[in-house]
Amino acid sequence: MATQVRQWRAGAAGLAVLGLALTACGGAKVGDDSSAADGSGSSGKCGTFNLAVNPWVGYEANAAVVAYVAEHDLGCTVTKKDLKEEVAWQGFGTGEVDAVIENWGHDDLKKKYITDQKTAVEAGVTGNEGLIGWYVPPWLAKEHPDITDWNNLNKYAAKFKTSESGGKGQLLDGDPSFVTNDEALVKNLKLDFKVVYAGSETALIQAFRKAEKNKEWVIGYFYEPQWFISEVPLVKVKLPEYKTGCDADAEKVACDYPVYKLDKIVSAKFAKSGSPAYDLVKNFTWTNDDQNTVAKYIAVDKMTPEAAAEKWVEANRDKVDAWIK
Amino acid sequence: MAVALEKSAPLTGVRKISRRAVVAAILVAWLVLFAIFRGKQTLTLAAADLTDVHRWFNDVNDSIGANRNSNPLFLYFFNEIRLVIDNLVTFIQDLISQPSAGRPVPQIGWLGVVGIAGYVSWAVGNWRVALLAVAGFTFLGLQGLWQESMDTLALTVSAVFVALLFAIPLGVWAGLSDRVNRILTPFLDFMQTMPTFVYLAPLTLFFLIGGASATIATVIYAAPPAIRITAHAIRSVPETTVEAADSLGATRRQALLKVLLPMSKRTVVMGVNQSIMAALAMVTIAALIDAPGLGKTVVQALQSLDVGTAFNAGLAIVVMAIVLDRVTTAASAREEAARRSGSRFLTWRRPLLAAGGVVTAVLVYLSHTYVWAAEFPGEGGIGSSIASTADTATTWAQDNLSGITNAFRDGITTGLLNPFQSLLTDSPWWLVGVVLIALGAVLGGWRAGATAAVCVGLLVGTGVWSDAMTTLASTVVATVLVMVLGVVFGVWMGRSLLVDRMLRPTLDAAQVMPPFVYLVPFLALFGATRFTAIVAAIVYAAPVAIKIIADGVRAVPETTVEAATSTGCNTWQIITKVQLPMSRSALTLATNQGLIYVLSMVVVGGLVGAGALGYDVVAGFSQGQLYGKGLAAGLAIVLLGVMFDRITQAAARRVSA
Repeated sequence: MATQVRQWRAGAAGLAVLGLALTACGGAKVGDDSSAADGSGSSGKCGTFNLAVNPWVGYEANAAVVAYVAEHDLGCTVTKKDLKEEVAWQGFGTGEVDAVIENWGHDDLKKKYITDQKTAVEAGVTGNEGLIGWYVPPWLAKEHPDITDWNNLNKYAAKFKTSESGGKGQLLDGDPSFVTNDEALVKNLKLDFKVVYAGSETALIQAFRKAEKNKEWVIGYFYEPQWFISEVPLVKVKLPEYKTGCDADAEKVACDYPVYKLDKIVSAKFAKSGSPAYDLVKNFTWTNDDQNTVAKYIAVDKMTPEAAAEKWVEANRDKVDAWIK
Repeated sequence: MAVALEKSAPLTGVRKISRRAVVAAILVAWLVLFAIFRGKQTLTLAAADLTDVHRWFNDVNDSIGANRNSNPLFLYFFNEIRLVIDNLVTFIQDLISQPSAGRPVPQIGWLGVVGIAGYVSWAVGNWRVALLAVAGFTFLGLQGLWQESMDTLALTVSAVFVALLFAIPLGVWAGLSDRVNRILTPFLDFMQTMPTFVYLAPLTLFFLIGGASATIATVIYAAPPAIRITAHAIRSVPETTVEAADSLGATRRQALLKVLLPMSKRTVVMGVNQSIMAALAMVTIAALIDAPGLGKTVVQALQSLDVGTAFNAGLAIVVMAIVLDRVTTAASAREEAARRSGSRFLTWRRPLLAAGGVVTAVLVYLSHTYVWAAEFPGEGGIGSSIASTADTATTWAQDNLSGITNAFRDGITTGLLNPFQSLLTDSPWWLVGVVLIALGAVLGGWRAGATAAVCVGLLVGTGVWSDAMTTLASTVVATVLVMVLGVVFGVWMGRSLLVDRMLRPTLDAAQVMPPFVYLVPFLALFGATRFTAIVAAIVYAAPVAIKIIADGVRAVPETTVEAATSTGCNTWQIITKVQLPMSRSALTLATNQGLIYVLSMVVVGGLVGAGALGYDVVAGFSQGQLYGKGLAAGLAIVLLGVMFDRITQAAARRVSA
């Protein structure tokens, strides 16, 4: 027993010495420079700004720039929350999300949260125009220019056959986040195609990337603005022109998708809060080119969203000043 | 009972042949009727169409959302739960991952965490796993992912803690009472096979966005293995031991605390292990509702198809999983070793443990106080070289392999998948239903047949029958391929310990690496097809089957193999005539688990071109008006899982009886 205690004491003493030695050559202490850090981060009257970030790069670009301006020009504490659209809208009601900064249509959500539950309100357009439609890789449009008109699609249907399309041409669909009328379109335009659900944006991008590289025949659902278009400039196929109401009956749709005016949605509470961040969100507008630039910084140049936002804001001070004047 | 078994034993030979004949007859009848009724009453439903059940689910979901702020259930029940769990998560995050209490860094820096990890691993396991833990955690820092890893660790620790809080008492109860076990089992099946996507959005409605929801989503998935294994552990304590305790006059309580629990400790620790693995499998999914950590890095990198960065983060998850797995496995082995070796070790251990404790305390203090020990030094250069290597490898594979892979894909698709799928989807629903019920009854007995009947009925009720059949076709093809791989590699590993050591880390990695990390290159190789989905399922499910079969083969008594060798059998004969037949129950278990694991990848399959149920679930998560359909599709997956689980388990019991 005695030996044990002695061992123990020796061990402890040795360790204490070791600890002290380490402490002596320790270096900078945590919190030494905290006073300096605090100075710049004075939160002002803005407080916390909860910004939803939906999972696509274009949205990320909007969010990065708005968050950057809110933090640096307005002194807000910005909490970005990575959420799918549905969940983000739910957050308006529970008070956990203040703003959605790029919304694609979503009339069902607008009805549910703006009209029925009254937990959200619209905050104007972002200036971006969203296109949805059928796209082909550029090499295809170049070699067969007439393919960009839907009338000629049947002529090429056999070329688009795959292991999935059951003998017909394959129309690759499906980022599941967006409403698609493609099955109805194929039927009503009497196209010899079958809709195959790729199931994710990743799968679609990979399919187009490979198609352009290996000169494969692919036609599929895609949208703009999207960072990938700056890597592979996909070409949109012309469908019968959109007229108001032509998509009213989902089963009888035989026209193109409408041009979406992308807009911003904020929680009702946030709109009444008088926060300068709300004014920023409300005034925020920019062009598709602006968004593509920032999205390219993030997706292609692999910059962090913050760095990408900083670069764009510094180059476009006049636009930013108009949002926060 | 024993008499009955003995009597039936000589009959099994005859019955087995007739059973095979019956199965063949059923299949022939199916083909004939298929030819007659092809394309009739197939219950197809277009992607955007809904049934009344789906609309009803939608309405229920909406009304919950609308009444959230006035419902007392929310105000006094869910909010309280959320508060407790949120505090737990925040507390652990403040300790190791997030800046807290006015400090720019967490309370314990990297050096402290590495020290604690090493110390705890040593204390509960052995010095080898302690070394592994220290190396593993340091590697996370070198990857440039220290904070993300700690967020993931914080979430995993809180989820596993909460899960065990419920799982161990429930498991013990289920172990003691057959009735409780029977009641719990369907719930556990439900929790394990219901795709997380289905309840992710509603969870944020109940528990708000943030740590609490992410933790609860993880708990739902991570608790069942712990409950099942604990119950199994209690059950497998020898009857005689319990009877001995009873005869000595022990009360129920004493018998539980002094006999049952200590004797089943080792297996219970394995339950903890499985819980941890399940929790880590949820990391990327939880990131979709803003759970902090490595999952976010993966999800964000994949938005721009940055495979390298995603792989780096995925690798961090794998490293963490392997460390936690080895430590808990060592802990369970030590329980055993400690019991046998007696107290001689203990006298040495105590001073050493104390000394280690002091060292750890010093490290923690240093990491609390000094910047160099608080923030992981360096820029994570290793991480970026891992990322760029992964990128190069992916690009090479995409450029050089796609010719071969396309041929392989088309072969499997046209030769196996398409005919089978059209047999399932183009047959009238009642025909497939009858075939499933009959197969269930023949293979698993009347009980399994009855379960199959109920499941078929409910499947029709979900309104996604046709999609369910498409998914079923891919699932069966994937399971067949999983079993082929399982037998080949399982036998190889079972026969050679060296191969086992070499392959096992790869298998572990395949199980915890977030699927999308390897799916992006697969998408480039195989395109967005059902085959890609099948490959994804195989990568996830084959390791389980391989491990089970390897264990089965190894469990064949050495003497039997030697006897066979001495009678002049060659290796092939030993494998096919001795080792495989003797590990038949392992083969059935592997089929069962392989199928369940394949089913759990249905949703991931939907993201890469499988369509059907997986796509329905994903679309339901993303689009409000499809929510009900997604829920129905989720239920359909559960039903498929339960049906096959019951049939294969009944068949397994028959085989081993």
